[in-house]
Amino acid sequence: MSGMLKNTLGWMDDRFPLSKVWNEHLAEYYAPKNFNWMYYFGSLAMLVLVNQIITGIFLTIHYKPDAKLAFDSVEYIMRDVEWGWLIRYMHSTGASAFFVVVYLHMFRGLVYGSFKKPRELVWIFGMIIYVALMAEAFMGYLLPWGQMSYWGAQVIVSLFGAIPYVGEDLALWLRGDYVISDATLNRFFAFHVIAIPLVLVILVFMHIVALHAVGSNNPEGIEIKKHKDEKGVPLDGIPFHPYYSVKDLVGVAVFLFIFALIIFYMPEMGGYFLEHANFVPANPLKTPDHIAPVWYFTPFYAVLRAVPDKFLGVVAMGAAIVVLFLLPWLDRGVNKSIRYRGPVFKAAIVAFVISFIGLGYFGMQPVTPVGTFFSRFFSVVYFAFFLLMPFYSNIGQDEYVPERVDEK
Amino acid sequence: MKKIIVILSVLFSMQALASSGSIHLETAKVDLNDKASLQRGAKYFMNYCLSCHSAKQLRYSRMADDLAIPHELVEQNLMFVGDKIMDGMTISMRPEDAANWFGVNPPDLSLIARSRGSDWLYTYLKSFYLDESRPFGVNNLVFPDVGMPHVLADLQGLQRATYKDEEDSTGNLHSVLSGVEVVQAGQMTADEYDQAMHDLVNFMTYMGEPAKLERDRLGGKVLAFIFLMIIIFYFLKKEYWKDIH
Repeated sequence: MSGMLKNTLGWMDDRFPLSKVWNEHLAEYYAPKNFNWMYYFGSLAMLVLVNQIITGIFLTIHYKPDAKLAFDSVEYIMRDVEWGWLIRYMHSTGASAFFVVVYLHMFRGLVYGSFKKPRELVWIFGMIIYVALMAEAFMGYLLPWGQMSYWGAQVIVSLFGAIPYVGEDLALWLRGDYVISDATLNRFFAFHVIAIPLVLVILVFMHIVALHAVGSNNPEGIEIKKHKDEKGVPLDGIPFHPYYSVKDLVGVAVFLFIFALIIFYMPEMGGYFLEHANFVPANPLKTPDHIAPVWYFTPFYAVLRAVPDKFLGVVAMGAAIVVLFLLPWLDRGVNKSIRYRGPVFKAAIVAFVISFIGLGYFGMQPVTPVGTFFSRFFSVVYFAFFLLMPFYSNIGQDEYVPERVDEK
Repeated sequence: MKKIIVILSVLFSMQALASSGSIHLETAKVDLNDKASLQRGAKYFMNYCLSCHSAKQLRYSRMADDLAIPHELVEQNLMFVGDKIMDGMTISMRPEDAANWFGVNPPDLSLIARSRGSDWLYTYLKSFYLDESRPFGVNNLVFPDVGMPHVLADLQGLQRATYKDEEDSTGNLHSVLSGVEVVQAGQMTADEYDQAMHDLVNFMTYMGEPAKLERDRLGGKVLAFIFLMIIIFYFLKKEYWKDIH
């Protein structure tokens, strides 16, 4: 039996690099042995991507991308399609879960210096994934055709109208109409189900290829490739498969527990994952009292509202995302991991986290003078964190950084 | 640190004020396991709501099965003439007519419990009060200038608004709505009416998401299974990793 299996594999390998790919990326991809729990979020992001694609396929089977039918077709899925409610909740909860794991994944890269040389491209590809994910989520949110779908899209697309000279034409071109309408729904559907997912999958592939070319970072920020045995295997590395494939299963199971808890007992998550106003069909003639984007966009929405001028607000919001791309060149610290960085950098990370969460909170709230004040304050902290980084990032770093993982 | 706490507490208290307004919402105490309550709620809904409001997303047959009401009983007592048991709960009033008669087209109520919330509905149904200035002679505490008459007045009776004086930020006293009190009794006592509205809101909550019955039933089993997975994978990982230091 095993002889036959070997023959088949040999036949395959003569024609397709099956064993080579398996070894390069799994069985002989050596990852540092000191990954902690923060290293679960990469594989979890892949899991959620697969979840979104599979549940998405089933949703498209029953969903109707038509302004007259869309809202009712979602309710049809929720009520009449066998297990439709489960598939829909897996997809809607998956959208928020995607951002939860991606934000934690990015934060892990930030604190352990995983974006630093030689991993700049890993970070850049990851950032493009993040931007594509935002586009994917934004367009997907229009599809249920509820009040928030409609007015959220109306507000966001109209932001393009603030761009001088070409803005209004650009917004018109994006919508395919003068307001969000059936034409918009149809094109957003096309982008949501094929164009952007295709881009996402390709980018994830590039993200992993780039990572496996340079090797994984770790919580100590040690380059394990510096110390290899006579066969060229890093001394502090262990094969990804079976060690991390088995370890990631634990992370997957814990994630699924929380995921199922939300799906079965709080799919609306108090209005954060599914907004209450989105259970009212879209009505172009009736603006809701309070239009708030879904939670994962609110930090940037708060930056937008913090600036008095609409166009400059759009610029600031864009800059808040662009500045993330520049991180590998803004950070001048020699040491990678936060464990060996100076107190100023550590304090800056804390200030950044507080301001990001603070912006997220105020981005959800109706505009108040207090909210505007804090949004402005946190926006300044947010930008200062990045733009002042060249000046503070190498202050007071540890002089000694271990060469090996076990060294203490 | 103290300063931060002071700032934050001021901040959150202001948020709370801004969001809830001055009327406190009562708790509907929704319990979808109470079949009898759901059945009574269905009866109230059919008799009092479903002539002006539709609930097109809910099929009579689905309701019959979920609430354990025999199909014949639904067909004889709860459905309009001409409807089939598989149909959604639609009404015969045309939207144009409704807009003419009421000023607005009464919204479909299929998902109202999900958009407004059960507590809001419960409070709303209890908060109609006499107001001569309105076309139907009533207004509502949680839905100011509502376009709907108080269709449950024969059950609840009539209420009038009570006011209290409140000081605004400049120190001037204003008379603001504080609640309602019964001025003319209906067929039900206050407790009976509360129970009836609890039943009705219970049913409307079910109506907003019939699948909730199923996911509540299933959730525990799924979580138990995944918990078992966590344990197995944890020991599997330990076994694989025992040589790694």
